[in-house]
Order: sequence, then structure tokens, then C-alpha cells
Amino acid sequence: MLVAAGVLLLVPIVALMWVSSYAHDEPRLGGWPFFFWYQMLWVFIASACTYAAFKLVQRARPHRPMVEPDENEDHR
Amino acid sequence: MSALAAASAPNTGVNVVALAVLIVLFLAVTVMGFLATRWRQAASMESLDEWGLGGRGFGTWVTWFLLGGDLYTAYTFIAVPAAMFALGSVSGFFAVPYTIVVYPIIFVFMSRLWSVSHRHGYVTAADFVRGRYGSRGLSLAVAVTGILATMPYIALQLVGIEAVLEVIGLGGNSALARDLPLFIAFAVLAAYTYSSGLRAPALIAFVKDALIYLVIIVAVIYLPTKYGGWGHIFDAAQTKMAKPSPATGKPGAFIPAPTQYWAYGTLALGSALALFMYPHSVTAVLSSKSRTTIRRNAAILPAYSFVLGLLALLGWVAIAAGTKPIGLNGQPNAQLVIPQLFEDSFPSWFAGIAFAAVAIGALVPAAIMSIAAANLFTRNIYREWLRPNATVAQEAKVGKLISLLVKFVALIFVLTMDKQNAINFQLLGGIWILQTLPSVVFGLYTRWFHRWALLAGWAVAMVYGTVKAYNVSSPTVPHFAGSLAPMELIGQLGYIAFTAFVLNVIVAVVLTPVLRALKSPEGDDRTVMADYFVDAGDPRVKPLPELTTDQH
Repeated sequence: MLVAAGVLLLVPIVALMWVSSYAHDEPRLGGWPFFFWYQMLWVFIASACTYAAFKLVQRARPHRPMVEPDENEDHR
Repeated sequence: MSALAAASAPNTGVNVVALAVLIVLFLAVTVMGFLATRWRQAASMESLDEWGLGGRGFGTWVTWFLLGGDLYTAYTFIAVPAAMFALGSVSGFFAVPYTIVVYPIIFVFMSRLWSVSHRHGYVTAADFVRGRYGSRGLSLAVAVTGILATMPYIALQLVGIEAVLEVIGLGGNSALARDLPLFIAFAVLAAYTYSSGLRAPALIAFVKDALIYLVIIVAVIYLPTKYGGWGHIFDAAQTKMAKPSPATGKPGAFIPAPTQYWAYGTLALGSALALFMYPHSVTAVLSSKSRTTIRRNAAILPAYSFVLGLLALLGWVAIAAGTKPIGLNGQPNAQLVIPQLFEDSFPSWFAGIAFAAVAIGALVPAAIMSIAAANLFTRNIYREWLRPNATVAQEAKVGKLISLLVKFVALIFVLTMDKQNAINFQLLGGIWILQTLPSVVFGLYTRWFHRWALLAGWAVAMVYGTVKAYNVSSPTVPHFAGSLAPMELIGQLGYIAFTAFVLNVIVAVVLTPVLRALKSPEGDDRTVMADYFVDAGDPRVKPLPELTTDQH
């Protein structure tokens, strides 16, 4: 599940770094060139991916309370 | 240009209604700033945890407003549409992918930094570097880079306020009339930052963001219908971008051409990596109450990116509207395009609200930045080098004074030097701050890198980036004309900060085995693996006083 979360986080980065895939004028949407509406769409996709990753990480690695390490270890 | 100047005469006279609205909102925010001391009142404000990190107790919503108010600054609101207006999408719209890819990065790195920082009472990234590598030199490098990168950023917030005041019509030839409002605004800001610390910008951020959202939503719905619809706006922009710009002599970018893909991508990725190395981002992240708060915020903060995208396009709405951003000195100044568009298109009272949104939008980040710089100075220079036995109360006192000093220097910077200098240094700041990433972020995962190798990588990249930026010229600006330069090996234009960062990592990777072979000292690591995963409620994550006295 942690791997899936990692992939979810990587997807927006890879998609947006791949500039040649979206640097086009057509198809336009409501007058907006593809380049612009596509990137605005990614705001929502990226947000959804990050939220999904958040939920996955919470389930995959439930928080384990930390045990107080002894003082020697802490003050090496 | 003379025909342009003659055609546009809206700048004569003061827009009284807009000015009145601006002043009323500014006063309201000032009162909030001073009252913020009582918000989530602490037993004592005399520690950096309270003054400089707001008690480290901000929940999801406060953090959302605080980070939003912090990262999307007045200068962003002025400069991004101005770049769209003058230069086009490569220099302007990259802000959208930039502020999208930054959040997965925050999700991964910043929650880890939060954990280790709460465990050990770290207030700054340089504190962490000190604890992780046991290296005063590396920690100092990180701290100094942070302070240097932050100063011009504060100065640019003032440039944002100035742009608004100029369009309202305040200023002119008298230096007093031009500078006095700015001076007053900053004196007030300095006073409540001094007394309330991080609580002041956290509270004011609510107002700032509410105003920004209101203005942008109204602008984006109303203006396109007024100026012929989105199709017409994009066509007008396409026509303008095809012609050579008077500033650079080259055509602008409507949609990035194949030769500009690297520039667009590296600008977005490089800026995203740099953003969370800035001290003010670290301060806002560490003020949140739990690790989960940060991760949840990484999913909801992109709302601001959407607004920023719309705002960027307002720069093109201004092209369709025929906005003429002419300064009070009669010279065209692209920085004025958004305030001018608002003044031309909206009734005065709403223009006043829009101007207040920008002005208040400058106060929030300026306050957080000055606090962040003060935290760095206090922890990593004052306590580390000047007075190792400083008490918690002394730290708070020095922090408060430094926050005043930092703002004062920024003010002098803006009032005495050419505006272009502030922009140059801000550009350099972005290049510099990214060079602290290997020490901080790699350090969150591994101690493999040798501390001196990291320091060497930092030094090489700082010099490389500075020289590269110095050599960028345009017909109107001899040096520091932009943040793009040909990349080594690849040959295409790319973001200098990114190229320097790659060089930085290469140096660190190559030198680490060399230094290890020479058996140079590794330094103590005060952190343990489990520190990187703690969340609120774990031992020693609270209570706070114990934290700050615990480590030396």
C-alpha cells in the first residue's frame, strides 16, 4: 500500500513535467486552449491523488506510539 | 510609447473611495494583529516556541490559512499576472504546475521534518542540520542562506504594496508622499509582529484569504464577460505574444514552444523544491499541531493553486481589456497591470477591496518571513556562535528585536535602492535557497552523505548559480535579467536554480566517498530512526518547556 501511495504522489509530478504532452492549443474548452484547462484540471487530480495517498498511508502505517528511549541513547 | 502614455490618463488624482476602503480594512487588520496575543493565549510569550511558532498548536484550518497566506504572497499576485501580461506563459503560468507538484513533495518531506523537529525542539531547518550532522559550519551555511534568501522576499512584499498605492494615485514627485504610507504600514506591521509573534499573521491570514478569494472569484466571473469572453481573451493574448516584446526584443510565449519545454518544466520543479526550503515555509509547517495536519493540508492546499491559475490569466484579461499599466512617473510598468485592471473595471469601492486584498496579502507573508529570519538568526547564529548559554526568554527577546531589524532593512532596501535590485536579489534568493535542499531533505532520510561533501556541494552550487544569473542579460537589463540560462549538456534554456542543484548533488555524491576514505570526522547524529515518525502525543513531543531546555 505504501508503494501505491508513492505512485499516487509521483503521478502528478511526472504528468506535469512531461510538458510536450500538453503544450497544445487544441482541443479548446469554452475558449480555453488545452494547455490551460488541462493544467487547471490537474489541480483537482493532484489534490485527489494526495488525499488518496494520505488515506493509504494512514491505513498502511497506523501510528504506533513511540516508546521513550532511555536517556543514554538520546544524548549520544 | 508616447502614444501609449497619452492614451491612458486614469492615474491622475487620488482614488478617494478606494483609498478609504483600503484604510478601513487596514485598520481592522491592525486591531486584529494586536489582539492576536490573546488568541490561544499562552502562559508566557517569552520563548521562540510561543512567539516564533505560535505555540506549535495550529490545527488543519489555521494551518491551511497560514500556509496559504504565507506561500501565495502579494508579490505573487502582482508578479505572476505581470509576467503573463509582459512575457507570456513560460514566465507566468509555470506557477500552476509549480504549485501543484509542490504538494506531493510537502506530503513526503515536510511531515518527516515536523516529526524530528518536534522530537528535538528544532525551530529551524538549520537546527535540524546541526542535530543530524553535528556540524556547526553546515548549519551556519543553511541559516545564512535562509536569511539571505528571505530578505529580498520581504522587500518584494513592499513592492506589492507600492504597486497598489501607485495605482490609487498616492505618491508623485514628493519622496515623502510616496514613501510615507509604506513607512506607516510597515511600522504597524513591525509593532504587532513584535508583540504577537506568529499568532498575528495566522489570524490576519483569515481576512487576507477571504478577501483574495472574493476578489478573484468576482474578477474571474465578471471580467471575461465584460471583455468579450475567454475565447477572445486568449486570442488577444496570442496576438500580443506573437509580437516582439519591447522589454526583451523577443516574442512572448502563448503556449511553450518545443525549445521551451525544459524551461517550463525546470522552472516548475525547481521552484517547487525551493519553496519548502524557504524559512517562512518551514516556520509555518512547524507551527502546526501534528504530522497529520501537514499531510491533510497537502491535499487541500491546491485550492490556492487553482486561484493562482485564474489570477495568472487575469494578466491576459488585461491584454484583452487594453489595460495600460503606466506608473506615476509616466513609464510603463507591467507590475501595475493587475491593480490598474481592477481600477479600470470595477467600481471604486470594490477596487478598494481588491487593493486591500493585495496590501494585506503583503503583510501576512512579510510578518512570517521576518519571524522566520529572526528564528534562524537567534537559534543558529546568536545561540550557536555568540551566546551558547542563552535562556529561552533571551532567545525570544533577540528574536523579536531581529524581526524588527529585518523589516527595517527591507524597508530601507526598497526606499533607497532601485526596485530592480529587489527583484534581482529575489531571483538569486530562489537559486540560493534550493542549494540547502540536499543538507536538509537528504538528511531526513540518510546519513550517507558526508557533512563536508554537502557543504562543498552547497558552496559550488551557490557560486555557479550566482555567476550564471549575473550573466543573464536582456536589451534593457545588463545583469540578472531572468532566471533561465542554457543548461550544461542539454543546451536548452533551463531554470538556473535547478542546474545548480544538480551540480550540488553531483559534488556531494562524489566527495562523500573521498572524505570517508580520508577518514575525516563524521560528526554526531543526535537523532534516532524513530524520531522521524513521531506524531502529536508521543513522549517529549509535548510538553514544550522540556523540549527547549533539553538539548545543547
